[in-house]
Amino acid sequence: MMKTVLTSPEELLKEFEEKINSEQKIEPLDWMPEEYRNHLIRQISQHAHSEVIGMQPEGNWITRAPSLRSKKILLAKIQDEGGHGLYLYSAAETLGVSRDQFIQWLHKGKAKYASVFNYPALTWADMGAIGWLVDGAAITNQVSLQRTSYGPYSRAMVRICKEESFHQRQGYEIMWKMMQGTKDQQEMAQDALNRWWWPSLMMFGPHDGDSPQSANAMKWKIKRETNDNLRDKFINKTIPQAELIGLKIPDSKLELQEDGTYIHSDINWEEFWKVVNGDGPCNEQRLEHHIKFHNEGEWVREAAIKSGLK
Amino acid sequence: METKLKYYLQIADNALILSHRLSENCSKGPFLEEDLATTNVALDLIGCAESIYEEVALQEGKGKLGDYFAYRRKENEFLNVILVEQPNGDFAHLMVRQFFIDVFHFYFFTELMNSMDDFLKGLAHKTIKEVTYHLKRSSEWMVRLGKGTEESKHRTQVAINKFWKYTHEFFIENIVDKAMLDNEMGVDLAKIQKDWKLKVDEIFYLAHFSIPSNDFSIKGGKDGVHSENLGYILCEMQFLPSKYPDAIW
Repeated sequence: MMKTVLTSPEELLKEFEEKINSEQKIEPLDWMPEEYRNHLIRQISQHAHSEVIGMQPEGNWITRAPSLRSKKILLAKIQDEGGHGLYLYSAAETLGVSRDQFIQWLHKGKAKYASVFNYPALTWADMGAIGWLVDGAAITNQVSLQRTSYGPYSRAMVRICKEESFHQRQGYEIMWKMMQGTKDQQEMAQDALNRWWWPSLMMFGPHDGDSPQSANAMKWKIKRETNDNLRDKFINKTIPQAELIGLKIPDSKLELQEDGTYIHSDINWEEFWKVVNGDGPCNEQRLEHHIKFHNEGEWVREAAIKSGLK
Repeated sequence: METKLKYYLQIADNALILSHRLSENCSKGPFLEEDLATTNVALDLIGCAESIYEEVALQEGKGKLGDYFAYRRKENEFLNVILVEQPNGDFAHLMVRQFFIDVFHFYFFTELMNSMDDFLKGLAHKTIKEVTYHLKRSSEWMVRLGKGTEESKHRTQVAINKFWKYTHEFFIENIVDKAMLDNEMGVDLAKIQKDWKLKVDEIFYLAHFSIPSNDFSIKGGKDGVHSENLGYILCEMQFLPSKYPDAIW
């Protein structure tokens, strides 16, 4: 006769936490607390949406890229971002929610994406600044997420980080070339840095004390480092890069400490929350664009399904 | 400019201008995988155009860079067929335009592999791999759209009817085409026209589309006489090099 082993919720939680503490990955079919699942659904889908919405500000410059080489690099970069969106949607789907559902949540404003893409890409130098700073900030965060406790997310991050490091170097190369160029190009590069510096720092999120999701995320090792630590890491490595090519960080309080770290001004948190809550320069535009083309593609998706051909 | 280099530019300009149109569609696809597939084709085409422009610059020997041919030429110096500059419209228009040019590219580059010109022969061997994939993709889409819904079938037939008049230009032999064929370096356009028509018939049969009966033809692009669309494309593409002529990017 088969013997059924009944496991209590307490035992399941204990087993789950032991796995986390011993650095074992949690896999889709493993038991996990609902809060853990919900946190991951929110975080991974937000990450996927960010990759996809991020295609818009850069896509805006492909047709105006000033050389064939830069056009190819930008196209390939945007393709990588879309590809990251695909890995991440797939990772998030292992938690039991479909991509269609994620997209509906995005369109209804229930799911967010990285606020940094709610700023406009105004000049070619913005392609440099986005690659260097936005991808640079993303890598700083994502390197630590390679060790995140959920297996599919962690593995997606390993692939994504390899590509993101190229993007950062390509972005920096654009800035470097412009700083080697004419006065107009130098001004354009400095202007792009001035506009993207603070939004990039905001990408790490609020101070840890003001981040409602942080505590459990750290406990369950979804998140491996605090927002403020990651932000400081990014600042410390980026300032020398700016100085090397003659760019000035737009922060009058910047001061190098003896230990190689920097004292810097605080972020404008009022602006941060405004943009997060929907009142940034491009929030409406980005979402409307996504909704418009998703809706316009409905007949194509329907035809593909009805045709019965893969 | 030497005839052979004009022939090179005809091939490159088709690729560049079509890639521009496909790039415009970035982040506008019906779903993410298809968005990426479209920009992937755009990327292949830019790569093809770039390698040709660099060769033209080299063979011309006037100290120009390959980018000159994309960024510094005037509208009437572009030698692409008019179809590739037509606006994207809906997905059916984008895919029908792609299918027509993919079938042409497939047979064109297949023949070009026999060219007596080493550069063209090498280019064809490299490009055929990419255009074979392009054709597979657009043929499959034509069948999906034809067998899909009433709406997809209708939209696609509308696009076919609209673009049909631009396809004849692929096969109109100009002085450059003739000279290249006579020297065994170029492609016999009359020959590949038959192959093109057979392939289109086959896919239309599978997808239940009909061939437009109207044989009216819009042409001139290969000799530098374009539709109004090209001016806007170049305006956008050449904006930075035109505005900042001394800048290096």
